Amino acid sequence: MKFTWFNLMPWPYLPDDFREKYRSVWVDIPNTLYDPKKGHYVYHEYMDQLEYAESLGYDGIGCNEHHQNGYGLMPSPNIIAAGLARRTSKAAIAVIGNSIALYNPPIRVAEEFAMLDVISGGRLLAGFPVGTSMDTNYCYGQIPGLTRDKYAEAHELIMRAWQSDEPFAFDGKYTQLRYVNIWPKPIQRPHPPIYIPGGGSIETWDFCVEHDYNYSYLSFTGYLRAKKLLDGYWERVAKYGKDESPYRAAFAQTICVAETDQEAEKLYAEHVSYFYNRCLHIYGGFADAPGYRTIKTLQANILNALSTDVQKLFPTLTWKQLLDDGYVIAGSPETVRQRMEELIKGLRVGHVFCLIHVGNMPDWKTRYSTKLFAEKVMPHLRNMWPEWKDDNRWWCKPMDERLRPEEGVEKARQDGRIPL
Amino acid sequence: MMSRTIATKRGTNVRVFEAGSGAPLVFLHGAGGLLAENPFLDRLAERYHIFAPELPGYGESTGDTLLEDMLDFALHGWDVIAALGLTKPHLMGHSMGGMIAAEMACIAPNDLAKLVLVASAGLWIPEYPIPDIFSFLPHEFAHYLFVDRAQGEALLTGGLDLSNPEALSQFYIANSRRLSMASKILFPIPNRRLSKRLYRLMAPTLIIWGRQDRLIPPVYAERFRALIPHAELLFIDQAAHMVPYEQPIEFVAAVSHFLG
Repeated sequence: MKFTWFNLMPWPYLPDDFREKYRSVWVDIPNTLYDPKKGHYVYHEYMDQLEYAESLGYDGIGCNEHHQNGYGLMPSPNIIAAGLARRTSKAAIAVIGNSIALYNPPIRVAEEFAMLDVISGGRLLAGFPVGTSMDTNYCYGQIPGLTRDKYAEAHELIMRAWQSDEPFAFDGKYTQLRYVNIWPKPIQRPHPPIYIPGGGSIETWDFCVEHDYNYSYLSFTGYLRAKKLLDGYWERVAKYGKDESPYRAAFAQTICVAETDQEAEKLYAEHVSYFYNRCLHIYGGFADAPGYRTIKTLQANILNALSTDVQKLFPTLTWKQLLDDGYVIAGSPETVRQRMEELIKGLRVGHVFCLIHVGNMPDWKTRYSTKLFAEKVMPHLRNMWPEWKDDNRWWCKPMDERLRPEEGVEKARQDGRIPL
Repeated sequence: MMSRTIATKRGTNVRVFEAGSGAPLVFLHGAGGLLAENPFLDRLAERYHIFAPELPGYGESTGDTLLEDMLDFALHGWDVIAALGLTKPHLMGHSMGGMIAAEMACIAPNDLAKLVLVASAGLWIPEYPIPDIFSFLPHEFAHYLFVDRAQGEALLTGGLDLSNPEALSQFYIANSRRLSMASKILFPIPNRRLSKRLYRLMAPTLIIWGRQDRLIPPVYAERFRALIPHAELLFIDQAAHMVPYEQPIEFVAAVSHFLG
């Protein structure tokens, strides 16, 4: 099992009456609610936490891309990843990911991901989301009915750019380039592992299976509701005759660990409530631009996890319901271990994106929960897929002899290059 | 109205509603498509040979993916007219259909008789931003489109019982398919630089607007008038964006008077 510590980077100062006063946390949230000076502390706190997670033995540390969003302060995840690449040396840097249809030209992604892979010494996991409708259509103005087509073209361009050893011309519908010749190119050959975060579009399953990309299901409604979707994905894997390595799939789960179940509720309930009631308060009109989902997906009747109907449930959910329905896995290390086993086996996933910082959780609680999970839960879950333990197809392959930030000065001293 | 399906040379299959006899009049619907009942077309069919094609993605017309940008949409319009075997028809477009009709007329200014633009899309005035139809919740449409909201809701749903989950789901999917198509020329800003091309218009042109239009407010009618110096402009009172549906008698009288 691989565990990646993820921080969504929510703005922790949304007012108590946010839900009543404003229609959406995303797209048209008033930016008067953002305070850049507080933002300075928030970024550093969150990035410190990601570095801390590495020190505790998490396999990866993760960030993602959202725009005009009160629960995701990373319009450019690559900037966060660059900071992490410099200050860490072991963990995979999971950028899940860059919305490739939004970059013009999309080779910008090929270049920046290559830079991150080179700076980190080959530790990049490269995510290619289509992007939510809020980000892609409403914030970044992409035409809903053409978004997937543009995405497919951007994907083709980036993969060719990474793998080609010679300049080539690219005559796309959305991008035309006479000389594609990226410089630098990534360390990991033929390319870094590709993760496709999906919110429930069924076309994405086939795309992942055909290309052997990891399918990462990101939802905030927990592992029990995710079963139907992951089952659908594994059916496609079987249909294509591919092996059933659990590392083909990842799942993001909100996790809160304390010494006891009671303590978990006492420590974390308010922050979970902040997340579901303020951070996920999204105007229904922004949830799903017409054309963003294909008719095939709509006909499959897969409810959008952030649709108005689902959102209506959030304020009514009690701590017990959140736990019973699997939105959140919380409790003592033993409780969390049991639920995590259910999740891992039930969904057949080899990767978990651990959402341990939740909503407006303060730093000390985040670190407390992060440490308990690392020390008292993770070790028991490590070998849940013994038959696949050597399968590293979806993991980064770092250089052996890479520079480690903490060793720079020491090595120079050893080499006699520093007089003292 | 009778309907038949024709194939264009590009490969789209287009359902065309047809009625009446006389001079050919091609009507291009708006982003919401034709409604279940279109009384203004029935009335116009008493004097003209009406053709009302549905854009691919609407109703039973197919080939959505073959049309991607404004030029595709405009040429598709002419492809339909060619497939129908019409020469120099009158062109009338409502809202998005007005935008397409105007583009068609700019591309081939000698190939139409007269042009009627009804509450037409296609321009953008920064001081008067057009509301974002792509972020409307279902119950919001009627407010922007009709003076009488209750009447509007009944017309938009065509008597469908939306409290029935199955009916609601079908409505949602059809609406998504229609607006997905419309998004190709209307999203995120319904402006594909028509204003640069309107100088090419030669056909006599009538601009009709609902005085209470809350979606594309009347200031846009004045802007069209300024960009098409030879056009006539007519406002109809007690009508919003759905003026042909809200005031069919006055609307048909004005169109008939103009077309002759």
